[in-house]
Amino acid sequence: MNTLSLVPVWTLILGAGIFFYVLLDGFDLGVGMLYGFMPNTKSRNIVMNAIAPIWDGNETWLVLGGLALLAAFPLAFAIIIPALYFPILVMLLALVFRGVAFEFRFRDAEHKTFWDRGFSYGSTIATLAQGIMLGAFIQGFKVESRVFAGSVFDFLTPFSILTGIALVFGYGLLGAGWLVLKTEGEIQDRARRYGRVCLGGVLIAILLVSIWTPLMSDAISKRWFSWPNILVLSPVPVATVLVAGITWRTLNGASQSGTFIGAIGLFALSYSGIAISLWPMIVPHHYTLDQAASSPSTQAFLLVGTLFLLPIILVYSGWSYWVFRGKVRPDVGY
Amino acid sequence: MDETAVLLSRLQFAWVIGWHILMPAFTVGMASYIAILEGLHVVTGRDVYLRISMFWIRIFSVAFGVGVVTGVVMPFQIGTNWSRYADAAGNVVGPLFAYEGLTAFFLEAAFLGVLLFGRKLVPPWAHFVAALMVASGTLFSSFWILAANSWMQTPAGYEVIDGRFFPKDWIDVIFNPSFPFRLAHTVTGFYVNTGFVVLGIAGWLISNKRSVEEARVMLSMTLWLLTFLVPLQIFLGDQHGLNTAEHQPAKLAAIEARWNTERSFPLALFAIPDPANETNRYAIEVPYLGSLILTHSLDGEIKGLKAFEPDDRPPVAIPFFAFRIMVGIGFLMLALVATSLWLRYRRRLFDSPWFLRGSMAMSPLGFVAVLAGWVTTEVGRQPWTVYGLLRTVDSVAPSLKGGDVLGSLLAYMAVYLIIYPSAVLIAARLVRNGPATVPVPVAPIESGRPSAPVHVELLQQGKSL
Repeated sequence: MNTLSLVPVWTLILGAGIFFYVLLDGFDLGVGMLYGFMPNTKSRNIVMNAIAPIWDGNETWLVLGGLALLAAFPLAFAIIIPALYFPILVMLLALVFRGVAFEFRFRDAEHKTFWDRGFSYGSTIATLAQGIMLGAFIQGFKVESRVFAGSVFDFLTPFSILTGIALVFGYGLLGAGWLVLKTEGEIQDRARRYGRVCLGGVLIAILLVSIWTPLMSDAISKRWFSWPNILVLSPVPVATVLVAGITWRTLNGASQSGTFIGAIGLFALSYSGIAISLWPMIVPHHYTLDQAASSPSTQAFLLVGTLFLLPIILVYSGWSYWVFRGKVRPDVGY
Repeated sequence: MDETAVLLSRLQFAWVIGWHILMPAFTVGMASYIAILEGLHVVTGRDVYLRISMFWIRIFSVAFGVGVVTGVVMPFQIGTNWSRYADAAGNVVGPLFAYEGLTAFFLEAAFLGVLLFGRKLVPPWAHFVAALMVASGTLFSSFWILAANSWMQTPAGYEVIDGRFFPKDWIDVIFNPSFPFRLAHTVTGFYVNTGFVVLGIAGWLISNKRSVEEARVMLSMTLWLLTFLVPLQIFLGDQHGLNTAEHQPAKLAAIEARWNTERSFPLALFAIPDPANETNRYAIEVPYLGSLILTHSLDGEIKGLKAFEPDDRPPVAIPFFAFRIMVGIGFLMLALVATSLWLRYRRRLFDSPWFLRGSMAMSPLGFVAVLAGWVTTEVGRQPWTVYGLLRTVDSVAPSLKGGDVLGSLLAYMAVYLIIYPSAVLIAARLVRNGPATVPVPVAPIESGRPSAPVHVELLQQGKSL
């Protein structure tokens, strides 16, 4: 029987899901990192309030992303996840610790600085772990007969450390953009200042990764620099430069939302850059999306419910952001 | 294959899921209880139901928060440690797990917010509907996760191609032979567990003369519920046992520590199983009772462990004792429920200090029974991850070394041993405060969405302190 392949649909769902996760948890992890630089309890409270109502919803995308990968591309799940054994462990524990630090900070007055630190360190470590995973993923894993055949420390390379640091700056920029949007006065000034540092870091990292990646892989270099690809794909780097310039201006101007939008733009461009480099592989160098996909019956069975539930989840999430629009006030109870 | 990595991966999975399961073991029942209370409030208009509901909603959200945080860890375990299983069975179990995640997310996003924050925003009937939706959401989650678990116990509706499982019929996959029994037995177990938690706390409140009116309503109502649920649970457990005898005979033989295939066999109340010599030591047995219970006839026969290759046998002592702990607690619960009927008849239900103390002492036993039952069924499934088809040793990620898993296991242990005591402390403070005793003005809206379930408490608690 000739059935319509659902792989493109699931690629889209998974790709969008991961991008949502990166943006959403990205900015609240970024806020968590910047939280550590806030000078006093009052400013920390405001910063915390800027993400309090939404952060846990953001994290749920991580679970959905992991489960969608398992159900739609089980082979990719079975290779990538064990290859990232320790970064995933560290990320999960940092996220758990950060989550409870969020709660206990208010309960446990004596240990406020302990939980304050737990919150900002937890955010930073989780981000670093995610960035390292990204780098290790781009570099690819050693695979033999459908299983990851390397060692659990293969993930640790100069390149993955670079992407780890890059993501710290990236989430930091998203977080700074969010704080510019949600706060005013002194905290906003600080956010702009940190935002400039992060943007600088992000741009250096993007440049280094963009040079390093094609040097690492002939396929990727051919993808970008062969004719006519170089012409077709040139808008990506050009747009990156433009968006970076605009973002820099918003950090120095009066714009409230510009930095956040600019940061989203930079993430979208970087994300598409990675997608262009790796397409159509889901396990770089080894398996394409089609090869790693689960059976048509599996994908169809899950798609039915997903198409029903996902729009509702999206609408509700959007609505909850709408409810909390506007600047955070210091007196909002939490 | 590194044997130590396999063993430690099993321990790690047991550690993270054992802690995690304690939360749904409470929240699944509690969500239904809250829905019942909200419903009674709407129907009768009595404020006391509202006050009880508000008290439990606070505790519910602590447990729900911890359940979410520890739940995030679970899907990644399947990849980090059990990747061969993920590759082999992902086509079948993947969507079941994913539906569980989607359902949980849907419930968390859409209705928990109304339940926790929306009392002033929506009319009482809508709040009741939100409570009903949260309750059914937890049941849907149980449905999917137990469908996946049951498929691993009694696989059906699949075909094997190149050593991997593919779906043939989703209805058969989901409604596999052990699923209806497992679902009924587990969910009823969760309800009974929640009932005993409520019972114990009501007993404590009455003993300490706090929120007595509310506590009496809780105690009486819960005991009626348990009078029905505990016998039902024992009946369901018996049916589940017959199902196990049919589909997983090796597991049943291990649970009962039967080595020989016999008719009219006794029931071992106690024994020290001795796998090396394929016998039991210090056995205390009741003649014929084993046949009667497991086959419902005096001359019934079950297969003994010797009928299975040593490589295909589960460990014996662990399921044997875990099962006896579970059943023992079940009969203690039955005794307490029976006592409560007698006290009710004598109109002494609320002022028998020894009964209230007994209720308090029994309060945590439901959790123990849930864990014991889980250990029985999961250890009894060994040495397979997919029963009879995929071995546990063939399911672990081949890249893992014992030392790697030891490191991660220790890290999980350290973090969970910080989180759980902290959550228990928070819940204990909420319990000590007790339900409000006067009609409560509905709390002002702090926000329109559940921030983190846990900090709702912190907020309300901070205010009342």
